[in-house]
Amino acid sequence: MPQEYRQILKFVDQPGYTPDLDCYLRHGGYETLKKALALPPRTLPDGRTLSGPEQLREEVRLSGLRGRGGAGFSCGLKWSFVDRKSGKPIYLICNADESEPGTFKDRQIIYKDPHQMLEGMILACYANDVHLAYIYIRGEFIEGARILNRALQEARAAHYLGRNILGSGYDLEIHVHRGAGAYICGEETGLIESLEGKRAYPRIKPPYFPAVLGLYNCPTIVNNVETLCAVKHIVAMGGAEYAKIGTPNNTGTRIVCISGTVRKPGYYEIETGKVTLGELILDPAFGGGLREGRTLQAIIPGGSSAKVFKAGERFKIKRKGPDGKETEAELGVLDLPYDFDTIIAAGSMSGSGAIIVLDDSVDIVEALANIAEFYAHESCGQCTPCREGSLWMAKALRRLTHGGGRKTDADYLARIADNIPGGRTICAFGEACSWPVQSFVAKFKDQFVARGAADEARRLANTPNAESPTGKTNA
Amino acid sequence: MNAANLQPIPSPLQEQPDFAVPPALAAQIDELITHYPKARSASLMLLHALQEHFGFISRQAVEWVAAKLELQPINIYELVTFYPMFHQQRVGKYHFRICRTLSCALGGSYQLHQYFCEKLGLDPHHHGPQTTKDGKFTVEFVECLASCGTAPVLMCNEAFYEGVSPEKAGDILRGCQ
Ligand SMILES: Cc1cc2nc3c(=O)[nH]c(=O)nc-3n(C[C@H](O)[C@H](O)[C@H](O)COP(=O)(O)O)c2cc1C
Ligand code: SF4
Ligand code: FES
Repeated sequence: MPQEYRQILKFVDQPGYTPDLDCYLRHGGYETLKKALALPPRTLPDGRTLSGPEQLREEVRLSGLRGRGGAGFSCGLKWSFVDRKSGKPIYLICNADESEPGTFKDRQIIYKDPHQMLEGMILACYANDVHLAYIYIRGEFIEGARILNRALQEARAAHYLGRNILGSGYDLEIHVHRGAGAYICGEETGLIESLEGKRAYPRIKPPYFPAVLGLYNCPTIVNNVETLCAVKHIVAMGGAEYAKIGTPNNTGTRIVCISGTVRKPGYYEIETGKVTLGELILDPAFGGGLREGRTLQAIIPGGSSAKVFKAGERFKIKRKGPDGKETEAELGVLDLPYDFDTIIAAGSMSGSGAIIVLDDSVDIVEALANIAEFYAHESCGQCTPCREGSLWMAKALRRLTHGGGRKTDADYLARIADNIPGGRTICAFGEACSWPVQSFVAKFKDQFVARGAADEARRLANTPNAESPTGKTNA
Repeated sequence: MNAANLQPIPSPLQEQPDFAVPPALAAQIDELITHYPKARSASLMLLHALQEHFGFISRQAVEWVAAKLELQPINIYELVTFYPMFHQQRVGKYHFRICRTLSCALGGSYQLHQYFCEKLGLDPHHHGPQTTKDGKFTVEFVECLASCGTAPVLMCNEAFYEGVSPEKAGDILRGCQ
C-alpha cells in the first residue's frame, strides 16, 4: 500500500498546530539549530579539520538533496560552487515565489509552519557564512508575508536570529521581500534583478551564475522553500541517514501537488521514487482516482512547463539497480516511479512536483491554449524567440479555440515551438513555454488537425460558427 | 538629487495633486530602506506600501519614490508597467482577482469570471482589470495563485477564497456592501 511519508509536513494540518513560535518550540523547534551552532570542529582521518559550517555542508552533500524548485539540481554541488574567496559577502535567498502553474506546496509551509522554513534557512546561512538573507515571496501571498514577518520578529526576540545568535557569535539578518505578480521572478536571476529593485529580466549565464555573480554581483545562493526545509531535516538526522529515505540519486521526500480532474486534489508528501505516477493519481491515499465514468487522457507531470504524458504511453527506462548495474525496463506511464530521474528518462520532468491530471472530458486544444496564454502573458520580453514565439503560439491557439483554426496550425505551432529553446534565449522560460506546445501537438496531433480542418470546412461552407466560444472551459 | 533634476516622464500616469505621505507611512518606508545594502532594492516594497495606502500609483507617487531612492522617475515607472500587481488607476473598493490558469479553468474559473462580469455589468471577454462606473468593483483575471488543488480560487482584496462554487460566488458578492 503506497502511503504518504510526512517529514516536512509532519505537523502541518494536525489539529492545534499553529504557526507561532511557542507551538514550534513545543514540537522540538530550533533544537537542530542549537545543536548545529554548538558543533565543535572535527578532525578528519587525513588530518584536515572541518569547522561547524563545513560539517553542515558535508552533511548536505552526503544527503544527495536535489533542489525542489524545478531544476532538481544537487544542493550540495550548488553550495560548493559558491565563491568563498572573493572577499565579498555571500547572500542567500529563499525562493518563495511559487508561481509554476500547478504548484501549491510552498504555500502550505509558509502559511502553516513558517518557523520550520526559517530554521532551515538559518542553518543554510550558517553553513555558507551568510550574514544577510532574503525571502523573496510572491506578491499575492499577502498574508504569507505577514506570517513570515511575525515569525521573523519572534525568532529575533528569542535570539534565533540577529546579532550573536544563541551566544554563538554568529550574526544573521533575514528580511522579507515581496514580488508583484510576475512569474519570471521565480527564475533565480530574474529574482535577483527584482530584489535589486529592477524589472525581473533574467541575466545571461555565463557570466551571471548566482554562486559567483549574484545579488549586487556577490556570490549568492538561491534555494526553494522546500529545499531549505529539507536542509533542516538533513542536519537533524545526518546526511547519510537522510539519503536512506527515497531512492538512490532521488533521496528524501517530495511534496507532490495534484490538481485537475481527480477526486482528491491536494498536496501529498512521499518518499521520492517510492510511489508511482499511477498511484499518485488513482490511489485513495492520494489523488483518489478520476470522477465517475471518466477515463484518463493526459498527465502533466511537473508543472505546466513539463512535457505532457498521454494516457497509455509506454517508455523504455534505463535504471541503475542497487548493485550499480544498469537495466532497461519497459514501463507504462502509470507505472513510472515519481522521481527526478525516471520522469526525465521518460522525456519530461518532475519539475516543481506538480501533477495536473486531464481526463477525457478535457478539451486538449483548449488546455494547451490556456497554458500558452499563461506563457504569452509572462514572458519578460528580453529575447525575441521567447517574446514573439510565446505570443504567436498563443495567437494560433486562440484562433483554433475560437473557430478560426487552420489544418496547418498544428505544424505551425510545432515549428514555432521548435525554434525557441536550445540556447536561443537568456533563461529557461524559453524551454518552459515551448515544451508544452511541442509535446501536446506531437502527442495529440489528430485533435489539433481535426479542429483546424473543421474550422476550414465551416468557413468554406460559409456557415456561421456553430460553436459559441463562450461557456466553455477556455473560451 | 534635487527635484529640479528630475526628468519629466511622458506617461499616462494619473495626477494626484493632494499626494502627501503621512508621517507613520514615511517612518515605515524609512525602516524598509534599511533592509537593503542598496536603497534601490527597496523600490518594490515602497511601491507596495504606497499602493496599500493610496490604492494606486500616481505620477506623484512614482516621483516621490524616485526622489526617496535617488533614482530617476523612469526607474520606478518601468516597475509600475512591468509588475502586474501595481495599478496606475484606482481600483474598486472590492477588487476581485480570479485565477485563470489551467487547473482553475478546469474547475470553472471562466464561468466564475463571466458570473462576476455579468452581475456587475462588465465585459466577460475582457481579461484585464475592469472597474464598474461607480468605482465599487474591479474584476480581473490573474495567473495561477498557487492554490490549484482547491480550484477555482479568487482573491477579494487581501482575502483568499478557495473552491468558489457559483453559490459561494453569490455569497461573496452579497458580502461586499
Ligand atoms: C521560468 C522559471 C520559473 C521558476 N519559478 C520558480 C518558482 O516559482 N519557485 C522556485 O523555487 N523556483 C523556480 N524556478 C527555479 C529557480 O530558477 C531556481 O532553480 C530554484 O529556485 C533553485 O532552488 P532549488 O535548487 O532549491 O530548487 C523557476 C525557474 C524558471 C526558469
Ligand atoms: S527566455 Fe523569455 S522569459 Fe527568459 S529572459 Fe528571454 S524573454 Fe525573458
Ligand atoms: S491554476 Fe488557479 S491557483 Fe493554480
